[in-house]
Amino acid sequence: MSGHNNPGGGFIGGLVLSSAFVLLYLVYDIETVHRGTPFDFKRVAALGVLLAVGTGMLSILFGESFLSQTTWLVDLPVFGETELGTMTIFEAGVALTVLGVVVTIILGISEDVE
Amino acid sequence: MNNLLVLPMILPILMGVILVFLRPYIRVQRVLSVLTTIASAAVAAYCLQHIHLNGIMRLDFGDWLPPHGILFVGDSFAMLLVLVACIVSSIILLYAFATTGFETETMFFYPFFLFLMAGVNGSFLTGDLFNLFVCFEVMLLASYVLLTLGGRKTQLKEGITYVLINVLASWFFLLGIAYIYGVLGTLNMAHIAVRVAETGQGPLLTLIAIIFMIVFSLKAGLLLYFWLPGSYSAPPTAVAALFGALLTKVGIYALYRMFTLIFIHDPIIYKIIGVLAIVTMVAGSLGAIAYSDIRQIVSYNVIISVGFVLTGLAIATNTAFQGASYYLVHDMISKALLFLLAGTVVYLTGRSKFNEISGLIRNYPLVGWLFFLTMLAIAGIPPFSGFIGKVYIGLGAIETGSYVLLAVSFLSSIGVLYSLLRIFLNSFWGETIISEDDQKPFQKKIGLPLVLLAVLVVGLGIGAELLSPYIQDAANTLANPEEYIRAVMGDDLE
Repeated sequence: MSGHNNPGGGFIGGLVLSSAFVLLYLVYDIETVHRGTPFDFKRVAALGVLLAVGTGMLSILFGESFLSQTTWLVDLPVFGETELGTMTIFEAGVALTVLGVVVTIILGISEDVE
Repeated sequence: MNNLLVLPMILPILMGVILVFLRPYIRVQRVLSVLTTIASAAVAAYCLQHIHLNGIMRLDFGDWLPPHGILFVGDSFAMLLVLVACIVSSIILLYAFATTGFETETMFFYPFFLFLMAGVNGSFLTGDLFNLFVCFEVMLLASYVLLTLGGRKTQLKEGITYVLINVLASWFFLLGIAYIYGVLGTLNMAHIAVRVAETGQGPLLTLIAIIFMIVFSLKAGLLLYFWLPGSYSAPPTAVAALFGALLTKVGIYALYRMFTLIFIHDPIIYKIIGVLAIVTMVAGSLGAIAYSDIRQIVSYNVIISVGFVLTGLAIATNTAFQGASYYLVHDMISKALLFLLAGTVVYLTGRSKFNEISGLIRNYPLVGWLFFLTMLAIAGIPPFSGFIGKVYIGLGAIETGSYVLLAVSFLSSIGVLYSLLRIFLNSFWGETIISEDDQKPFQKKIGLPLVLLAVLVVGLGIGAELLSPYIQDAANTLANPEEYIRAVMGDDLE
């Protein structure tokens, strides 16, 4: 599955996530949405890069090639035996980066109109 | 597997991202960013020695083997450039500490500085054409920001030209990549080289080669340099020095990689490069002599040296490659120094035309003598660093009987000498125009990076012997692309 066992999907996921934000901005207004989600989206983007590169760096610490990914089988209380992978973290990082950048751009454009 | 190879690119990215979170803490940002560049330089130095002893290094990301995955390849030519780029940018950072205002520093100056470095190092190290494009974009995006940061009118004006030109060039780059993937079905550079050799470099592939030549010529400032003097003289001094020292070199590196590894079967290409190099040197010399703005003159000097380095590619012998490698190393250091000196003169006097300044050597003897030294080094006078590169390229030209190239490239040195000597005679000699009372104090922290670079310029000239084994490695990989291909594809894939 992409984004879980195999790379891929983070970018698209990030775009979908940011379109949700854009819809919120359209429905309400920037101030109202920001009261609910008080983050600096530039930092969200930076956090995303940090996560994505971080998983890559982690593989260096374990003596594997840069950006190698791995999965574990974990026994979780509710879900039973579940497969968890570093790929998910990597793709989450990509998604957050896209989210941060897209929302920053959209907000940047919208400010000029006012 | 050599994870070290990725560090010169990933350390700056990682630190750049961390610095985004440390936005208000300028002091911390400064320390961390300079530590990062120094650490990258140390890794590059270690890798260079490793390559010298054990051959070309390769890192397959996530263990996806070539030609399916993406990879970094460290050969001596690339690693040498990475090393010098890291050293030079560490020193430029020191200059940036002293001259960049607080306002600019909080606007993510250091993160973008590091991202630019990551893009440059990544471009040198990648073994995959698409990743070359990506790294170019990382570098360019950071350079767009650094060019316009501060928002002065000239910056924005030149910024628009610069962005438009580069977007166009990137579009052509993508076009070339699409063509090559359509024709050969691979983007791994070594694999492309194998397939080009198998199918023969027919007219179609030569056409694609020329598209790449146009793209990289735009980036390197080979003939298509019309955007360069403006955009290199607009930004603050530290940024201009970074651009002048690193950005065109990436284009030059890409040209070298393309035409020593992949498209090596059609001699017409080298003739075209030779002609372009000659025109670039002549036009660059004319430009350097025509203007009276110091920053413009310095920018035109970048163009002359681009033409000069590419005569090495046009000649394409082992000797010429050695000369070009020496000259590239020299050029990164000395152009950084030249840009910093020019910026310092403009900062100290508040004027930018050399005929409005006079007698500076009395007020600022250090700046004056450093300028003199840089001038000699760039003109190629022994024992400074430019000399050896020029000699080897000259020897290469004589070996192959390219006397026109030889003549023009050495005449261009006179153009360089004349254009800089004019600045020196006008601005540093003569009656001093600044009285001792109202001269701006020359801070030690501005002097330190200048002196460090000058030490490197002299050291590279005198200590050329120490560097020569690595330079020979670099020239050997350029002259024998099979080594590079074997390092990537392994022995079995033929």
